[in-house]
Amino acid sequence: MTQDTTFHHGDAPNAAPIIQMTDIEKHFGNIIALAGVSFDVVPGECHCLLGDNGAGKSTFIKTMSGVHKPTKGTITFEGQEMNFNSPRDAMEAGIATVFQDLAMIPLMSVTRNFFMGREPTKGSGILKRFDAERANEITMEEMRKMGINLRGPDQAVGTLSGGERQTVAIARAVYFGAKVLILDEPTSALGVRQTSNVLATIDRVRKQGVGVVFISHNVRHALAVGDRFTVLNRGKTLGTAKRGEITPEALQDLMAGGQEMAQLEGSLGGTI
Amino acid sequence: MTDTTTPIGDERLKQETFFAKLMKRPELGAIAGVILVVAFFLATADSAMFTLSGIMNFMTPAAQLGILAIGAALLMIGGEFDLSIGSMVAFAGLFFGVCVVTWQLPLILAIPMTFVFAACVGAVNGSIVIRTGLPSFIVTLAFLFILRGLSLVGLKLATNGSTQLRGVRDAVEGDWLAPIFSGDAFEGLFAALAQAGLIDTFKSGTPKVPGIPVEILWFVAIALLATYVLLRTPAGNWIFATGGDSNAATNSGVPVNKVKISLFMLTACCAALVAIITVMDAGSTDARRGFQKEFEAIIAAVIGGCLLTGGYGSAIGAFFGAIIFGMVVIGLTYTGFDQDWFQVFLGGMLLIAVLFNNAIRKRVTGER
Ligand SMILES: Nc1ncnc2c1ncn2[C@@H]1O[C@H](COP(=O)(O)OP(=O)(O)OP(=O)(O)O)[C@@H](O)[C@H]1O
Ligand SMILES: [Mg+2]
Repeated sequence: MTQDTTFHHGDAPNAAPIIQMTDIEKHFGNIIALAGVSFDVVPGECHCLLGDNGAGKSTFIKTMSGVHKPTKGTITFEGQEMNFNSPRDAMEAGIATVFQDLAMIPLMSVTRNFFMGREPTKGSGILKRFDAERANEITMEEMRKMGINLRGPDQAVGTLSGGERQTVAIARAVYFGAKVLILDEPTSALGVRQTSNVLATIDRVRKQGVGVVFISHNVRHALAVGDRFTVLNRGKTLGTAKRGEITPEALQDLMAGGQEMAQLEGSLGGTI
Repeated sequence: MTDTTTPIGDERLKQETFFAKLMKRPELGAIAGVILVVAFFLATADSAMFTLSGIMNFMTPAAQLGILAIGAALLMIGGEFDLSIGSMVAFAGLFFGVCVVTWQLPLILAIPMTFVFAACVGAVNGSIVIRTGLPSFIVTLAFLFILRGLSLVGLKLATNGSTQLRGVRDAVEGDWLAPIFSGDAFEGLFAALAQAGLIDTFKSGTPKVPGIPVEILWFVAIALLATYVLLRTPAGNWIFATGGDSNAATNSGVPVNKVKISLFMLTACCAALVAIITVMDAGSTDARRGFQKEFEAIIAAVIGGCLLTGGYGSAIGAFFGAIIFGMVVIGLTYTGFDQDWFQVFLGGMLLIAVLFNNAIRKRVTGER
């Protein structure tokens, strides 16, 4: 596997970070999920967060998106110390997230899910109301951009396929992620065409100056778009590597937490 | 890599018949229920039931229940229950009675104060549910007893030992706000209609139905407003999202706690409105006011298509659910049946409604 991809990669990140997380710890009762993780994202880069199952990736990005409050550590957003009290705060700051569980409501329509919490309105005063036509149009359009033609914007999310649902979540985050876009295993259920769409989308928004945090278990996907790679293991950072400084094999070993991989090398041809 | 095909209609979509679309609406069950119940009473009841005065007869209790049911429905869609609404009617009634009788306040003060008072109790309910994470079923069950008990104790304190507070009618007599919360509306219109011979009159020439009882107007207005909020405003989307999955809603930026507390406050205010209307109507208040209304309201909401698990339902459904209720309660007196069939009927309706709702939910979600 070569590291050259069709994507343009930003130069080595030297701009000031949009968001900087320092020594983040998160405890759930006696469970230590994060034991001091530092991480930052600069505008226009895709920073991959990699690691084994249970390493703490999802927990970490949840502190970034306001779901969890860190037990210890500081979050600096655009140079100012920030204390997100809720995901809504983070969103208003321009951070949008695709959660691993997608945060979708099965009984509600695609459009209503897409705009949940940030509904477009028309009219003013007490006549201010949900602009359903515009919301439907935007939803269909954004989904089309991701390579999925929905049957209709009023279909309940519960009736979508797993990949379609994931795509709604991604399209929603891309649409609202003005400054930081966090994607927690966004391609886990996607078809090849949709996966390449998502990777291309990451590339597109990165060019627009959005900082992307990309969590994946797939080394190829990470290497295809990543500018920097941070590996978490057992709640700690194993280290950060820039693109080109690390071979896919070394990265894969790090992602496995340094533990032996099952001996299948021969038949899998070295890439997973 | 974007798609080149722009879909004009989708070949993967069967043309949906009007009927199939209808089948997906949450209020369908309640509307079907209304048709069924009307058919039943048309067949069995005295024809007087569907005259103008007969209709007012069953719409009045339906409206009183319906105001509660719409509040309960919104709260259920938001994923919570309030079992204390019935007791809240008594408690708010007591507060309102004390305001106008004991403190001699004009309605312009007494009514807003009663609403604020009720909203505070609702907020306490909601805050406890949210802070503790306990099921609202248990928390509000506690308040069912607490508020009922407080109403009794409070009444005795206010009246020196009686469980009824009288004198409301005299106290509100002549208050300019009274016609909005009591009596009949459009009396002039009805008198004119009677004169024109368009509606039934007594021998004296006064119409048999002097006007539309105000609670019916409140009921219709609240149903329309609630439907508008649910379907056409961001707040409505938040309510559905909160009840559908509060965790997903929070993570998507919906202020779930605010939504829930507001809904608890709203149901309490609905109870206060019913309290104000019925207390002014009766001229007195007592501790049994609103007894078991919480169950009836929840049943009406369920008949109206609300799922017990939240996230699905409609205010219009609750509207029709309450009308079914009123028709059955009053309608049986127009028939030869023993009135006590009412409870059997009610339980049966509830059971059918729950089964029906379950089936509808499976259709909507494609069930998985
Ligand atoms: N709410 C919680 N309460 C208790 N423990 C938790 C909680 N959330 C996460 N954990 C623990 O924290 C650890 C990290 O979980 P996390 O979900 O962040 O892993 P992850 O790196 O995202 O894994 P995966 O690749 O499987 O998604 C796990 O051991 C998990 O059990
Ligand atoms: Mg995870």
